[in-house]
Amino acid sequence: MSFVLSEDQQMLRDTAMAFARDEMPVSHLRELRDGGANGVDAEMRGKLAELGFFGVLVPEEYDGVGLGMVAMGQIMEAQGRTIAATPLLQTAVMGASALILGGSEAQKAEWLPKIASGEVTVALAVDEGTHHAPLNIATEAERNGQGYTLNGAKRYVPDGHHADVFIIAARTFGEAGQAHGISLFLVPNTADGLSVNALNTVDSHGAAHLTLEDVAVGEDCVIGAVDAGWEVLEPTLDRGRIALAAEALGSAQAAFDMTLEYMQTRKQFGQLIGSFQSLQHRAAKMFTDLELTRSCIAAALSGIDENRNDVAELASLAKARASDLIHLVSNETVQFHGGIGMTDAHDSGLYMKRARVQEALLGGASYHRDRYAKLNGF
Amino acid sequence: MAFDAPEDLDEFRTSVREWLEENCPPSMRTPMKDDEIVWGGKREAFKNPDSKVWLERMGEKGWTAPEWPAEYGGGGLNKAQARVLQQELRRIKARPALFSFGLWMFGPALLEFGNDEQKKRFIPDIVKGKTRWCQGYSEPGAGSDLAGLQTKCEDKGDHWLINGQKVWTSYADQADWIFCLVRTDKSVKHEGISFLVFDMETEGVEARPIKLISGSSPFCETFFTDVKVPKDQLVGKLNGGWTIAKRLLQFERSSISAGGFGGTGGSGILPPQEYAKQHVGVDETGRVSDGDLRARITDHLMYAKAFGLTVQRSTEEAKAGQEVGHTASIMKYAAAKMNQDKCELLVEALGTDGLGWSGDGFAEDAKKATRGWLRSKGNSIEGGTSEINLNVVAKRVLGLREHQ
Repeated sequence: MSFVLSEDQQMLRDTAMAFARDEMPVSHLRELRDGGANGVDAEMRGKLAELGFFGVLVPEEYDGVGLGMVAMGQIMEAQGRTIAATPLLQTAVMGASALILGGSEAQKAEWLPKIASGEVTVALAVDEGTHHAPLNIATEAERNGQGYTLNGAKRYVPDGHHADVFIIAARTFGEAGQAHGISLFLVPNTADGLSVNALNTVDSHGAAHLTLEDVAVGEDCVIGAVDAGWEVLEPTLDRGRIALAAEALGSAQAAFDMTLEYMQTRKQFGQLIGSFQSLQHRAAKMFTDLELTRSCIAAALSGIDENRNDVAELASLAKARASDLIHLVSNETVQFHGGIGMTDAHDSGLYMKRARVQEALLGGASYHRDRYAKLNGF
Repeated sequence: MAFDAPEDLDEFRTSVREWLEENCPPSMRTPMKDDEIVWGGKREAFKNPDSKVWLERMGEKGWTAPEWPAEYGGGGLNKAQARVLQQELRRIKARPALFSFGLWMFGPALLEFGNDEQKKRFIPDIVKGKTRWCQGYSEPGAGSDLAGLQTKCEDKGDHWLINGQKVWTSYADQADWIFCLVRTDKSVKHEGISFLVFDMETEGVEARPIKLISGSSPFCETFFTDVKVPKDQLVGKLNGGWTIAKRLLQFERSSISAGGFGGTGGSGILPPQEYAKQHVGVDETGRVSDGDLRARITDHLMYAKAFGLTVQRSTEEAKAGQEVGHTASIMKYAAAKMNQDKCELLVEALGTDGLGWSGDGFAEDAKKATRGWLRSKGNSIEGGTSEINLNVVAKRVLGLREHQ
């Protein structure tokens, strides 16, 4: 396991941090929100593509840069710092991973270069209920002569409101709860019978509910083997969980830094509030949690690049701890700021809103604790 | 640090491996038993005779202190070689030859602050485990506020004269020598403290064990009545002891967080999830049937894993030459919380089996868990309370100011 960045990775981190700070500050998210953009920003997507961020996981033979998950994690952490809305998690991490892990040669050749160049956005659509439960897939894919017919619904799909193509997890066999019988389908947003209902979400990043009514897709749209989509889906989700944990770490660090700065400027009773021991100890505990969680995320990111066999465990560790961390830090950020923290004009609230979405997506702390315990045999 | 070509290291590894093969007795390659730990010193009984042989051989090589200078009896290895030695010892599951406050705390401080004569006099016997050291820091009136210590040290021309009392002196009743903070100037606080070492057999020194809630007595009250100490046993400058004390506390905190905690329970205790499975039971899917307990055990396991990864990360960052002060300062606090949480979970998972004290009515491992749980309450008190550690993080790491 490697905890120290290589020169390339460090350079990418510096670039991503500078870009988030200069081009996607929190005020930019505010502008998107107030302008009703629902987190969609074509111009910013173009800039991210120019920097090569969409192709970090994509191998060079498909026009990517193939730098790996540790590198991708640095970008996710950077965008987390400013709670920026980008399609990177869905497109560059999960979309790319599903195709890399399970795609046919033709699928890879068609889609990976377009992902790497930022030409298309992808959205993986898994959950059907209000809580992450990737085995509980009831959406049906029925075999017909030319391919499959899909019927069902997907809830709160991140980037669903502006994705060009979806990867839909559907059931070709068995029933909800079983891993066997899940298959993955590439479905363009123009497909007949697919309706996309954009959602105004609390974090201003947007998302969509999907409805599939007799959506017909060809056989060449299946990613991985029929009925064995879980073998692609689970590692894809784990990559997403680790990347999202890295994003949440960036948000937690930024919210913590903001709080620390406030502690060193705000005065009450003629004293800096940062001199009050009750606040100092809470800050020191948050700092401890930040450092411990940072190690988990670094280990999980490098676990992917090293192809370790405990990736599932590391992913759940990273996502559970990152979820708990951002929950605590975002709440304390509001509390430490007092009245100003309750105002829309201050950024605290934006971090807390995004925090809850980061926690819920791809499984919260309780989901991942349960999974971690199962993986440890109890 | 000298650069080691990989082939040189390979050669070194081969020689270490051969030496260990020849010199590490077979029983020293089995898991450590609680009552076979070797602390060295004049009173060491070597319950397992092999442990004596093992200590003598390791001490002769200086490998109990691999990176200390060879001129003082240390191993004289560079970092890369020391790592190889560590790996090879781990490979054959060798027991540590010596547990010692001299190795972990006093030795590093003496190498940094002592004069050449003192190093020649004390370091070789630490390496060989011939002298067992104890630490005279806390006093009845100086716990968290350590610099408030009052043990009086007067300059009597040809010797120092010590009067006062220390408390929480670990294993003072079994130690040969003590390193001790004393007051040499009452008019100032931190700048009036000096660092002395002396023989525990000196007239006027008395150590009385303190019985803890766990039933064990690892600590003593230590009394000094007109104790005469030779002048050359002052380490560092007169009134310059606080600098050494602080540095030494860092060594202490890092050795505690590296796993030197009392109360982990020792050998034979299973992890909490195993007791939960046995005593609480599992449902049809194999989950511990008390979901709340299961979640809290998992949370602890994740914390422990995060802790271990953070130790690994800071080691790697240090190797890469990065600033590690940040990580080091949080570890003592985190280690105390981790160990205490674990001990609480063990007792809870054992149920009433975890509430025994002695006798045949309770299994050995369960009784150890109970005693360990009681002992673990000291983890957030000894070597700097958790509150003091949080103060340190707030001030030194986060840069927050003191309340005026």
